[in-house]
Amino acid sequence: MSTDTEKAAFTAEELLTVAAARVLEDGTTCFVGIGPPGAAANLAQRLHAPNLVLVYESGAIGAKPDRLPLSIGDGILAETADAVVAVAEMFNYWVQPGRIDVGFLGAAQIDRFGNINTTVVGDYDHPKVRLPGAGGAPEIAANCGEVIVILRQSPRAFVEAVDFVTSVGHGTGDPGHRQGLGLRGDGPTKIITDLGILEPDPRTRAFRLTALHEGVTVEQAKEATGWDLQVADELETLPPPTAEELDTLRALKA
Amino acid sequence: MRTDTARITTLPEAIAELVHDGDTIALEGFTHLIPVAAGQEIIRQGRRDLTLVRMTPDIVYDQMIGAGCARKLVFSWGGNPGVGSLHRLRDAVEHQHPCALEIEEHSHAGMANRYAASAAGLPFAVMRGYTGTDLPKHTKTIKTVTCPFTGEELTAVPNLGLDVGIIHAQRADRKGNVQMWGLCGVQKETVLGAKQSLVTVEEIVDELEPMPNQVVLPSWVVTAIAEVPQGARPSYAQGYYDRDNDAYRAWDGVARDRESFQRWLDDEVLAKKEGAGGTTHAASRPGADAAGVVR
Repeated sequence: MSTDTEKAAFTAEELLTVAAARVLEDGTTCFVGIGPPGAAANLAQRLHAPNLVLVYESGAIGAKPDRLPLSIGDGILAETADAVVAVAEMFNYWVQPGRIDVGFLGAAQIDRFGNINTTVVGDYDHPKVRLPGAGGAPEIAANCGEVIVILRQSPRAFVEAVDFVTSVGHGTGDPGHRQGLGLRGDGPTKIITDLGILEPDPRTRAFRLTALHEGVTVEQAKEATGWDLQVADELETLPPPTAEELDTLRALKA
Repeated sequence: MRTDTARITTLPEAIAELVHDGDTIALEGFTHLIPVAAGQEIIRQGRRDLTLVRMTPDIVYDQMIGAGCARKLVFSWGGNPGVGSLHRLRDAVEHQHPCALEIEEHSHAGMANRYAASAAGLPFAVMRGYTGTDLPKHTKTIKTVTCPFTGEELTAVPNLGLDVGIIHAQRADRKGNVQMWGLCGVQKETVLGAKQSLVTVEEIVDELEPMPNQVVLPSWVVTAIAEVPQGARPSYAQGYYDRDNDAYRAWDGVARDRESFQRWLDDEVLAKKEGAGGTTHAASRPGADAAGVVR
């Protein structure tokens, strides 16, 4: 994110991708969702997390692609994987029993409790916009140890209530909501955006602002959020992408 | 259970024999090995009222829906991977063009389990899933079942009831044994879970190189094999050709409006005849629906 007087040396998407890559820890298993999470997970593997195990719903476990896969079904994933499994096996043997640490997901809409919509905008039977649908997300969100969501922050995406709950976050925010539904994982722990990072308030489970990218104001973040965004007492400022991070990301996309 | 062996035939003949109006069919492929040529032959032969099943309907299903072949879509993720929406699918759902399209939607886990139940010959599969989501409110094929051992409430999803399962693979031998490798999605379940099946292959060889785990379908479970080189384009066949990403991007422009889609359909599908030594007999009905009018 640039200041008004200085021309940006990186795009908002690059900023978002770098910020998302930084939160992935080495040695964990990460289920890589479709879209922006792919670039971030591959970047993390090249920077600080060489032992990050990338798992893709197309069946690749432990993929180590030497270029950015063009989709979750790119042939390079099968070529470089530790194991290649059928899709039924992926969900039944690997996701459902809770073998994956982090689910790394995108979203079309998200609400204050981290519930995700990727199904429809508007009424289900007469939608304003028909989105691609659930894909692997509901069971990833239900069963991974934790979920990290990546998306650009705007009032259209960060809504008071999602039009359709495709994947459950912290539900209604009530303590024990997820456990009551029989969901295994802890649910969403971070939403990474081009403005900063949101994390659930430990008491209310509502996502609040805990970090901002350098040069972004709290006001900007509030304006880009469709709910009354609370701000943590200690608001962190995220350092801008380093030259190494940007070079690595650009080489990945080249 | 079939005890004879797969018949080697041509794509037009296989589609003419196996796929009928009103059938429930799956053309599977999870990004890799998508049976695109088979889908376009179904369009050429003018099939109608199909229930199309697939986890990830992409551009060949967009084409079949836009051409008016489908009455219903059973799926879990409908998009143009890495590009955006499927505009013909959206036009059918949002504006009932070229005809109304009923949708039945699941998650990938739900669909994968439905395929597994179909392959296993079971009425339903059991899984943990969907709890707390809005999907069960709109999808009648998601129900709960109580574990008879622990009393836990679990999710049940039914067998897909496939009339025909169609996949593309790298190779078959002259007896009809099918070898495939790479990301293999739910293709095995598609063949094992359908009453009849067609496997299009890149090539038919005299003998398959023995590679353990790569002959995934023995001849006697497959109904028909057709040699269709490049039959998965613009998707890919590992070891043969790469995914044509430009074609996926270009599809967005073609499918975005009805007129450009119809021109594409006329020029690239209806006017062309499937090669592979095949006939294109009567079933091809170019022009019959050229105005986009269905039925």
